[in-house]
Amino acid sequence: MHQLPTVTPFFADKQQLLSEILGRYPNYGQRSALMPLLWEVQRAERHVSEARVAEIAEILGLHATEVKGAMSFYGTYHEHPVGRYHLQVCRTLSCALAGADEMADFLEDELDLVNGETDAEGRFSLQFVECLGSCGTAPVLQVNDTYFERVSRSRCRALVDAMRRDALPEPTRERGGDNEAAEPAVATEGGAT
Amino acid sequence: MSDVLDAPKPITSRFDPRFETTLYAHVGAAGSHTLAYYQAHGGYEAARKALGMEPKAVVDEVKASGLRGRGGAGFPTGVKWSFMPPVDGRQRFIVCNADESEPGSFKDRYLLEDDPHQLIEGMLIAGWAIHATKGVIYVRGEYYRALERMRVAIEEARAAGILGTGVLGSGFDFDLILHRGAGAYICGEETALMNSFEGLRANPRLKPPFPAQAGVYGLPTTINNVESFCAAVHVMRRGAAWHAAMGTDDSKGMKLYQVSGPVARPGVYELPMGATFRELIFDLAGGPTESAKALIPGGSSTPLLPWSEATLDLPMDYGTMAKHGSMLGTGGVIVIPEAKCIVDAFYNVVRFYAHESCGKCTPCREGVATWLPKMYQKLLAGQGTREDLVVMEDMVKNMRGTAFCPLADACAMPVQASFKHFRHEYEHLVDTGTSMYPRRREWAE
Ligand SMILES: Cc1cc2nc3c(=O)[nH]c(=O)nc-3n(C[C@H](O)[C@H](O)[C@H](O)COP(=O)(O)O)c2cc1C
Ligand code: SF4
Ligand code: FES
Repeated sequence: MHQLPTVTPFFADKQQLLSEILGRYPNYGQRSALMPLLWEVQRAERHVSEARVAEIAEILGLHATEVKGAMSFYGTYHEHPVGRYHLQVCRTLSCALAGADEMADFLEDELDLVNGETDAEGRFSLQFVECLGSCGTAPVLQVNDTYFERVSRSRCRALVDAMRRDALPEPTRERGGDNEAAEPAVATEGGAT
Repeated sequence: MSDVLDAPKPITSRFDPRFETTLYAHVGAAGSHTLAYYQAHGGYEAARKALGMEPKAVVDEVKASGLRGRGGAGFPTGVKWSFMPPVDGRQRFIVCNADESEPGSFKDRYLLEDDPHQLIEGMLIAGWAIHATKGVIYVRGEYYRALERMRVAIEEARAAGILGTGVLGSGFDFDLILHRGAGAYICGEETALMNSFEGLRANPRLKPPFPAQAGVYGLPTTINNVESFCAAVHVMRRGAAWHAAMGTDDSKGMKLYQVSGPVARPGVYELPMGATFRELIFDLAGGPTESAKALIPGGSSTPLLPWSEATLDLPMDYGTMAKHGSMLGTGGVIVIPEAKCIVDAFYNVVRFYAHESCGKCTPCREGVATWLPKMYQKLLAGQGTREDLVVMEDMVKNMRGTAFCPLADACAMPVQASFKHFRHEYEHLVDTGTSMYPRRREWAE
């Protein structure tokens, strides 16, 4: 495989993962692996660099510009690293009715960041996003992969403090509506026992 | 005559003693996402039953049930399944649209997280019915927990012989590909989703050809919403007649409605189709927590209805919503409080579509993505004029039916409705330079 001089390919030591991803798709549809490959890189390195774009293009037999073209369409992939805590605030209507604009203002002030920025330490980044499918438990703040729902001002402040101490709490499971209480609120993945 | 009198009345209220929740019955129960739980509650019986029938008979059963697609457009599911071309040896696909990103909609998320096997079973039934041996579940990338639960459920199903070669002891091979989206609403449009799945930019494709002719990788494809597949499970399990006994003339079965905005208990509620807004908003969601002036019936693309006793008594079905100038959409009801400025609220809606426009066609790129939000910003800055309002109304009129895909209409229609019912708020803003309802603190301590 073509190697850029100073960069170890991301998938060099992840052959099993690579073949698992490629193996999901039929031979005639290997290009479908583009999004999962981008996602692995984004998740691990918090951005997708030029070198990684070239590497993914090479794996899939595409031109780098085709990978870039697809990548630039989607909000999830970033050209520059996002913070260790990537905060995504939904500002769409149901969340706005529950205070999302004020939460966005609060986070901009508190973190001294504007939408799209990452702080100098690389700890926090802030991104305003659209509806996260959590409108019944608005407002919602997504931290990396995790949704925090019904985020009040005090809860938001506590979350930011916790992240500053690198002690992000488990989210409580919120649902509302039918069967609201059917699951203990503290149950987490794998079951709280 | 006596036949008509004796025919049982259709079920249109959740409080009808004949109604039972099905789609959402297990959501939230401890362990509901596991195969063991699912099988202990009758799981995969419907698939066994379907596999014992001719595929065409399965399609006919779904047709007879009156089930219409729950992804927004309400197209009859069985009819869609019957569009697949004759079997000719090419690979055929069944695709699940789990991109759920229409503002106000959040039902699919809980189905994916808490009842993933229900979806697998529905896709298996659909795959059998249309002779598709491969399925794709396209889940929006933010639904991390849903993706994890789906991944594990698919593995469980493979290990138990429910997916793979000769599923459930039959001669039918069927397997699923779980695919993650990456943060773009337009991927919910079915042809954009297919492009996205193929690793391309998610621009919608020209139709025709329709997915049944040329879908995923150009191969015959049927695509449905998560809830549509889940409903098909219960149609198979309990029969078309059971399903058709719920609802109104053109809208059969049960539906997951969602309520958000200032109500006491927002969330997802399962009701028979044709139940009223009053039943949903008051009897189940506990009523508004402050005075309301409008409701959006089915996600932000659907035109608002002014709040009134008459509106509250409308049955939430496809035909009634159309008759009143709106749409049932996803059943995602958003309550708009009196104290929210309509101009501000619809700037929010417009900003959403502007952000999500794919930029492919002129009416949407120029209208939705560029000029409409700029006009709203001008109004909200107190610098608008009466002429601006005329220009805006003209603009949205010209966006109707002229764009490449329905996204531009999805933006134009609600804006038109906001002008129709709340033009006085727009006028107050341009005449006085201030909103009738200045922004207030909405964030709970
Ligand atoms: C802009 C746009 C976004 C859409 N988003 C979704 C979506 O998130 N989920 C969905 O199921 N259908 C969505 N649809 C509808 C799909 O194109 C398609 O009609 C639907 O998935 C078909 O499934 P059904 O017949 O079961 O409803 C969207 C349509 C448009 C035009
Ligand atoms: S209407 Fe908008 S989203 Fe649809 S194709 Fe045109 S630009 Fe893209
Ligand atoms: S509006 Fe914020 S999650 Fe839907």
